Amino acid sequence: MHIAEGFLPPAHAVAWTAVAAPFVIHGTRSATRIVRENPSARLLLGAAGAFTFVMSAIKLPSVTGSSSHPTGTGVGAIIFRPPVMALLGTIVLIFQALLLAHGGLTTLGANVFSMAVVGPWVGYGLFRLLAAAPFMVRVFVGVAMANLATYVTTATQLALAYPEGGFVEAWGRFLGIFAVTQIPLAIVEGLVGVLLLNALISWARPEMDELAVLPTDAKEAARA
Amino acid sequence: MRESTLTFGRRGVAIVLAAVVVLMAVALLLGGRAAAGEEEAFGGSDAAATTQLEEAGHEPWFEPLMPPAGGEIESGLFALQAGLGGVALGYVFGRLRGRPARAPRTAEASG
Repeated sequence: MHIAEGFLPPAHAVAWTAVAAPFVIHGTRSATRIVRENPSARLLLGAAGAFTFVMSAIKLPSVTGSSSHPTGTGVGAIIFRPPVMALLGTIVLIFQALLLAHGGLTTLGANVFSMAVVGPWVGYGLFRLLAAAPFMVRVFVGVAMANLATYVTTATQLALAYPEGGFVEAWGRFLGIFAVTQIPLAIVEGLVGVLLLNALISWARPEMDELAVLPTDAKEAARA
Repeated sequence: MRESTLTFGRRGVAIVLAAVVVLMAVALLLGGRAAAGEEEAFGGSDAAATTQLEEAGHEPWFEPLMPPAGGEIESGLFALQAGLGGVALGYVFGRLRGRPARAPRTAEASG
């Protein structure tokens, strides 16, 4: 989902930076608030950041014959709500833009918007919407769709910047590159996310309760 | 028992892991076929988008400040990124698993 350095026209680069910036500022404030109000959640916050760091470094093969990487933002969005991931995702993207020349500074705003804003919000939104479904199904759908939504957003951003043959045609072309490749990888990330949440519920129950991640009725059932 | 509605045991974990392995194997197999005849099998989708833009005549107007000095260095840095994240995750898991059970639960168990 990284748009390479210099590949967005300056006007688009500025516009996406302006769109993404408030989310990152808000995310920084929520992360600070969580750490202040809930110091024991710092470990989990580290885990959410580290998960994104690992996942976005691993390129996996896909059915289309190209490869791509997970985003790792869905898990953190479910545990801490999406704003925090705007900050954590941005840190990862800056690291990759500066040290790996992967993504870029001029495209940072667009990449932050797709990976650290849209992905987490779509994932968290679906997780909340599916309140009636079994918990791990909600986690799977949320994490997988956070991944897929990021890539759909990247395709949209490129189609907006380069609408050759019309926006719809360009969109289809970029979706063909990004979204189709991403489908099996989104499923894999969803499964890995389920395993991570499974482990955290067993090992970090007090923090999960403080952050109100788990459904209330299940919590009461567990206590009874 | 208490969390049977929320978590699954070893068997569940094993099934999920098996599903991941199967999915990746299928992706490798089908992807290998799809990539047959192309220059590079499993090239990155980011790079594919860049290539397509370049073929359409678009040039980047800004260069990375510090491009990695070669492909080997780049993959090394990616490995470093995954490694650092893995160490951090392992540290958190170790801390969480190694700590004593929280007080209220102990009280419930003994009471």
